[in-house]
Amino acid sequence: MPGISQWQGEKEYVIANVVVVDPKKDRVGPGHVGVKKGKIAYVDYGAPYGADVPVFDGDGLHLSPGFVDIHVHLREPGFEYKETIRTGSMAAVSGGFTSIACMPNTDPPIDEKSVVEFILRKAKAAGFAKVYPVAAATKGRKGEALSEYGELVEAGAVAVSDDGAPVSTAQMARRVMEYISKYGVPLIEHCEDLSVTADGVMHEGFYSTKLGLSAVPSYGEEICLARDLLILKTVPAKYHAAHLSSRGSVDIVREAKRRGLPVTAETAPHYIGFTDADLETFDTHLKVNPPICGAEDRDALIEGLKDGTIDCIASDHAPHAPQEKQVEFQEAPSGAVGLETTFSILITHLVKPGHLSLPRALSLITYRPAAVIGIPAGTLDAGAAADLVLFDPSEEWTVTEGGLHSKSKNSPFIGRNLVGKVKHAIVDGEVVTARLEEE
Amino acid sequence: MNGLKSKHLLGLEGMTAEEMGVILDTAASFREISERPVKKVPALRGKTIVNLFFEASTRTRASFELAEKRLSADTVNISKSGSSVAKGESLRDTAENLQAMKIDVIVIRHGAAGAPHFLASLLEASVVNAGDGAHEHPTQGLLDIFTLKGRLGDLKGKKVTIIGDIAHSRVARSNIFGLTTLGAEVTVCGPPTMIPPRIEELGVKVEMDLRRAIEDADAVNVLRIQLERQKVNLFPSLDEYAVVYGINRKRVAMMKPDCIIMHPGPINRGVEITQDVADSDRAVILEQVTNGVAVRMAVLYLLCEGVQKEPPPVDAAVEEEKTDSKVT
Repeated sequence: MPGISQWQGEKEYVIANVVVVDPKKDRVGPGHVGVKKGKIAYVDYGAPYGADVPVFDGDGLHLSPGFVDIHVHLREPGFEYKETIRTGSMAAVSGGFTSIACMPNTDPPIDEKSVVEFILRKAKAAGFAKVYPVAAATKGRKGEALSEYGELVEAGAVAVSDDGAPVSTAQMARRVMEYISKYGVPLIEHCEDLSVTADGVMHEGFYSTKLGLSAVPSYGEEICLARDLLILKTVPAKYHAAHLSSRGSVDIVREAKRRGLPVTAETAPHYIGFTDADLETFDTHLKVNPPICGAEDRDALIEGLKDGTIDCIASDHAPHAPQEKQVEFQEAPSGAVGLETTFSILITHLVKPGHLSLPRALSLITYRPAAVIGIPAGTLDAGAAADLVLFDPSEEWTVTEGGLHSKSKNSPFIGRNLVGKVKHAIVDGEVVTARLEEE
Repeated sequence: MNGLKSKHLLGLEGMTAEEMGVILDTAASFREISERPVKKVPALRGKTIVNLFFEASTRTRASFELAEKRLSADTVNISKSGSSVAKGESLRDTAENLQAMKIDVIVIRHGAAGAPHFLASLLEASVVNAGDGAHEHPTQGLLDIFTLKGRLGDLKGKKVTIIGDIAHSRVARSNIFGLTTLGAEVTVCGPPTMIPPRIEELGVKVEMDLRRAIEDADAVNVLRIQLERQKVNLFPSLDEYAVVYGINRKRVAMMKPDCIIMHPGPINRGVEITQDVADSDRAVILEQVTNGVAVRMAVLYLLCEGVQKEPPPVDAAVEEEKTDSKVT
């Protein structure tokens, strides 16, 4: 039986000898998957029998729906020196992500139908991960006027956000929420009160006191989150809180959900993998916005992932060129890349320590984020697109700059040993990772 | 060889009491040199030291330069204005270009916390932190400790109060790290907006009442109220500060009669300290400055001694003789 890496373009085939992980059905078991013309034909547990189509050996790897990352910065148009749609979508599939949503803080921003179309065209031409643009909530992300949601959604935008920044004022946030309710797309909010965060560069606490760095208290995020949720009480709209970092924020979302508000939330892997104590080295790869908080906050985020308060993990993949990050800490731009390490962080910090089962952990990067932006992804349902990932949940590997496919290498995990490695990714039935080494 | 553990001096945080002792003992022997008519010893002859000052400075800069020259080192001074930093050249490029001229030590003062650590990760040369943002100013901490030991003896159990904008003060942090390591009892006092969160976890007491903060102190270190670091409204006015926190004659009377008064300089006369107090014999401000040169001589000497790359030339016969007589 040839291995899956020897796929040559077959339109109909079976992947046998895999451990099927179905996050939605919360099921793990040895089985096989049939793919036909880019769609999942069937998923069966047990060995395949009498297939008259090519059968590929999955090498005993685990197989799950392709991962979904709803918070990625592809930097194109405008900042191609950091990343392009092509390199970003390559990094995505390398990390097992077959669907990604890209944020609008490009230049020009995604506040015009032509930019949406440009991005979709480029993504299709690259032919790696599927890319879903997020439109700017306000024109130019300036916070003064609503973007043309009708046109943007029709062109393919799946959500609105002014990410990189919060929606400027409470009044503007209200208008955004009122208007998007018509289009069924969520507001993805980067929660930050700019008057509080000012020139702060790390979390305000013991370590900022020790290091003498300008600091940001957690309520810099919480005030904006609370503001939005108070508005949400009376404005029917879908609201998604991006990159939650603090215990206070988790508490606020938990209470809002208890009261039945239509809120979802995400956190990013670096908030799970690090605490503010790690900033003692002044490593600019740990400079992110919102800043990495303390141990109590990381523990609260893990609790939130366990009890369902936090719906998904999104990388907030934020590429920056080396010359931008190799500067004094306070001068460095905020952000870390994450597409190629997110899955491994999930395994290393959530599954291995026993916080979450494998299917439950994978739900955080499959059907649950897909549901936030309303895309058909992240399931093994028959008839769904054959977007699949094969991985080894116990393979240990060390993150190196040379091993990353993204154009920029600003990962705080470089040098770290992680567990869990993606081996192949399939998009619409095509084994796209086979083309990665050709680039 | 009694050296320092690291080839850099980035801060007093984590420095052991033994290492501090080595530096201060060395400083004591160097202090005498500044009293001679010819203030020069050849200890660092042939060494090249660059002073890279991105922030304004009178004391620290002159102090380092004199320390270097009195040890016979070759010195180069680079400040932000007048250098290619004005053309946008990065800190990394500036430092690496200087190092390419084969220098031994970079003394850096910079407005960004962590800048010396950044250089230390890039360069072969030794890096001395002359003040990085609000983080540390280790040679100031050392000269303050040197001054305190000279006046108070063993610092274990001695009460030192630091008054002022603690949150933005690298002098406060270095003093806190060094003094707590030596077993002193440190109290900080200042406007509530200037006391950083959880500072008690560094082993200091926070006292909001000025009288209670100074009445039992053996030494009071008065910090300059940092006008240039006030980007946000942290206190209403200099007048208010002088009234509530200013060290004037009335407040000196609240202190113990032998309590000494320190200040890292530059002084805002009439704000954090009055003219008459600054000029009185309770204040040891100028003594700190004199000690500063000796402490910096000690630091540079020990760092250069520690990173000697070539062993001193040894006569082969003498070496063999030594080996034969070694006890195995």
